Parts: sequence; C-alpha cells; structure tokens
Amino acid sequence: MPNIQRLQNISGQAHIVGVGESNKLGKVPEKSPLAHHSEAAINALDDAGLELSDVDALFTAGWSTLDVAEYLGIQPRYTDSTSVGGSSFVIHVAHALAAIAAGYCEVALITHGQSGRSDRAPIPRNPGAPMAQYEAPYGIIGPPISYAMAARRYMHQYGEDRTRQAMAEIAVSTRKWANLNPMAYFYDKPTTFDDYHNSKWVAWPFHLLDCCLVTDAGGAIIITTPERAKDAKNGSVKILGAGEGHDHSGISQMPDLTRAFGRNTGPQALEMAGVSLSDLDLAMVYDSFTYTVLVSLENLGFCAPGEGPDFVAEQRTAPGGDFPLNTNGGGLSYTHPGMYGIFTVIEAARQLRGQAGERQLEKCDLAVAHGTGGLLSSTGTVVLGAD
Amino acid sequence: MTNSTPKPQPVSQPESDRYWDGLKNEEIWLQRSKATGKFQFYPRNFSISDPGTGEEGIEWVQASGNAELFTFAIVHAAPHMGFVGEVPYITALVQLEEDVIVPTNIVGVEPEPENFQIGMALKPVFEHNDDGHTLLKFAPA
Repeated sequence: MPNIQRLQNISGQAHIVGVGESNKLGKVPEKSPLAHHSEAAINALDDAGLELSDVDALFTAGWSTLDVAEYLGIQPRYTDSTSVGGSSFVIHVAHALAAIAAGYCEVALITHGQSGRSDRAPIPRNPGAPMAQYEAPYGIIGPPISYAMAARRYMHQYGEDRTRQAMAEIAVSTRKWANLNPMAYFYDKPTTFDDYHNSKWVAWPFHLLDCCLVTDAGGAIIITTPERAKDAKNGSVKILGAGEGHDHSGISQMPDLTRAFGRNTGPQALEMAGVSLSDLDLAMVYDSFTYTVLVSLENLGFCAPGEGPDFVAEQRTAPGGDFPLNTNGGGLSYTHPGMYGIFTVIEAARQLRGQAGERQLEKCDLAVAHGTGGLLSSTGTVVLGAD
Repeated sequence: MTNSTPKPQPVSQPESDRYWDGLKNEEIWLQRSKATGKFQFYPRNFSISDPGTGEEGIEWVQASGNAELFTFAIVHAAPHMGFVGEVPYITALVQLEEDVIVPTNIVGVEPEPENFQIGMALKPVFEHNDDGHTLLKFAPA
C-alpha cells in the first residue's frame, strides 16, 4: 500500500513550469503524430523559458520514449513509457514528481501526440491478448461500446431517467465551457438539451453527444525542481498529491461497472496533498464520455455512489455554476485525440496560473486533474496548487 | 478496406484451447479452483482465487449454460469494418449460473432497448463460423 507519510514528504517537491498544445488541434492531416509531439514540446518549453537541450527526462504514452526522444533529438537520463490509456499522462506527472524528488532528473518533459482523426498508421493491437481473444470477436471493440455497457448497468442500479438527464447536463455544460475556449473544436458551436437528445445513437445508451471528439492533437508539460521553478517565465504550479492504478483491462473483467479506480486514487492524492475536496476550486475530470464524468465525480468522493445525477443537476458545472468542471471544454467539446489525459493537467495549470483567458475562474488556488484510461481501466489523479 | 473485411477471430492461447475447443462441441467448459470452488473466466494457467497451487489447483468443469443479462449496449456505429454489415447489434455482459461474467452478443431479439431487461434469463447459442471458430452467444431462454 502507498506510504502516505513518505508521499507527503515529496508533496510539492516538483513544479509544473510549462504547458502547451500543438499549433493546430482538430482536423490536421498535414501533421504526423510525432509532429504533434514536437510542436507541443517546443511550445511548452517556450512557455517555461527552457529549451529542448534542458530536458533530461522524457515521459510519453502510446509511443515508446525511444521513438519520441529520437524524433526530438534528445538523450534523456530518465525514461518512462508507462502506457495505460488516456490517464497515462496524469500518471506521468506523479512519476516526474517522484523522479525529480529522488534526484534522477531536473527537467522532465511529458509529451503527447496523436492523430486520432487522420492517422495513416494506427498502432496495431496484440491479437492474442485477452481483450482481443474474448471481446473483439463479439464486436466489443473500442471505448464507446464498453463504456455504454457500464453506463447501462449504472442506469439499472440508479435509475435510467435521472442518469440520462445527468449525461445531458454534462454534455451541455461542457459545451458552454468550450464556447469560451478559442482552441476548442466546438468554440463556435453552442449546443442545447434538444441537440443532445436528438443526436444519433452511437452505442445505445450513448448518443453521439455522450461521446468525446476524435481529433488530431498534441500536448506537453514541463516539470522541474522548486528551485529552478523560481525562474519560470510564466509562473509555476506545485504538484501536491498523486495516485495511480488500475483494476482490469477489458470491460468484461471490471470488478464493478459503476465504480472505477478513482475510488482509490482520488482519496490518496488528496491525503498526500493534505487537502480536502471542499478546498478545491477546479475539477478537471477526463470526459471520454458523459458517463465517465458521472462515475469519476462519485469515485473522487464529491458525492456518494448513485448521487452523481443530483450533483451535476441544473447546469451546476457550467460557466457561472458553483462547481467549475472541465473549463477547457473537455474531451467532449475541446479536443480528444484518443488519449486526452494530458489536457486535464494543461488546463488546470493554466487556471492556477491565471492564464485561462475568458474562461479564467475568479479564484483558482487548488485543482484536481483526474484521468481515466482504457475501458474505465486505469486512473491517475493529481492535486495541483498555485505557487 | 471494404465491407468484406473479416471480423476479428479469437486467437486461442495454450490455456484457453480447452474453452474454445469445447464451444465447437457446443459445450461450455470453465475453470474452477479445487480449493475455493470459485469459477473463473477467462482461463488462466492458475486460479486467481488460489494463486499458490498453479495449474494443479485448477479443474475444468462443464457449465450449465444458464445465464442472466448483466448489461448490454445496442451498437449503431460499427467499431470495425468487419461489423459494418451487422449494425445494429447487441453486445452484452452475461452472468453465468457459475458466477462468472462473459462478453457476448444477444441474438434472436429485435435491437430495441425495451426488449431487454437486466436480469432476463438467457440460454446459449453456439455460432459455428466458416473458418472453424465457434462463438458463444445468447438468446432469451
């Protein structure tokens, strides 16, 4: 089990000093996935006032760090290709904190690049793996179907109508945030409850508007020591708490379809940070699907199992509501190249540094970023604080 | 790629040959721990409820085929070219009488939400494919 006392000793011992996206998000067939990596990395380094030659640690998922470091032309002294789905990049933040606190490295680059929309060469899967062997032959392939089956079970346990309403609330409120973010895919496109209910079925009970975007995008984060963070060009953000883990791979092996691993990683991250849920000003919660948000809020402890629909009712999570959630517009309406997790941390860092433009929260001193990866399989949670 | 792209087929592994071979004979064989009596799906080279005994701790037992619907989805957007001609189809997780969950399809029912109740009784349907594989699907009992 995690040793909370020892974790508390490294709380805050590394800071985020730079964040960035690739230059263009959305439909970008003219760029390769590795080009998204490099653009985002260079943009994040520029945000930090650093250069590629300063980087001595590399973290990525989807790709091996071997490929990404070679493409970037760097020779890292610490390397981490932990790849457990879209939550990986949140987990990398925790790993960078540990590596920096232990002295393995000083300037960590976490980078992501994926052409979910335009990739000419999608990464093949191992056909002998259990998920491919037992699920794929039945057409249980890809996230929407698996998450839809989990959502249907939730509806059975907690009520179909109120779950449906909650999913609609999340789709609509998230779009309102996207309408404040010029980088968002749906920046110019508002949506209504009617739009939600009229959107086509992807995998019942999921409408199209329950599902995240599929885009081309890159993102990057620069993390360094508290000492070097003092020179950060645009300010820094403390990494205060973290938790990670997983409890299955394929959806048919999930221990409880209505409870994901955030039930462990959320409380751990908060305890390590020494803060409580009521201290948080912002929740960035990976929204691969509307249902992912519902279950994640419960897992993190914001409300009890089955109470998520009441928690998000009446556009409480929209701009102007008392629970700011996914202020970048989320995977649902901003961008989602396939493994979105890095963008939860990027937006949290921007809000904590007061650089979120029109969508900037009035007060943002403490934020949680929570990634869910695979088929509700893995989670990574970090608590971040303004410096 | 065209609509004639084949569906993905199960690539049986040494520990699962008995499961897939059993389906060809219209039999469902599951692993059970000798020590705990717990069934497990999918097959492994040891019992996850009694890891210390290795392969010796497992026995294969034929399942009854009695099952209940645990959850389902109605797939409208094919996730793979091999399923383009199949939509809408039903994916499901089914709870066998032996207390394991198996991923599957429900067949023999119109794909409308109101036709499915969580907990409804199901019976196995063995679908023999031209390429020699047999899939375990379910229909209302």
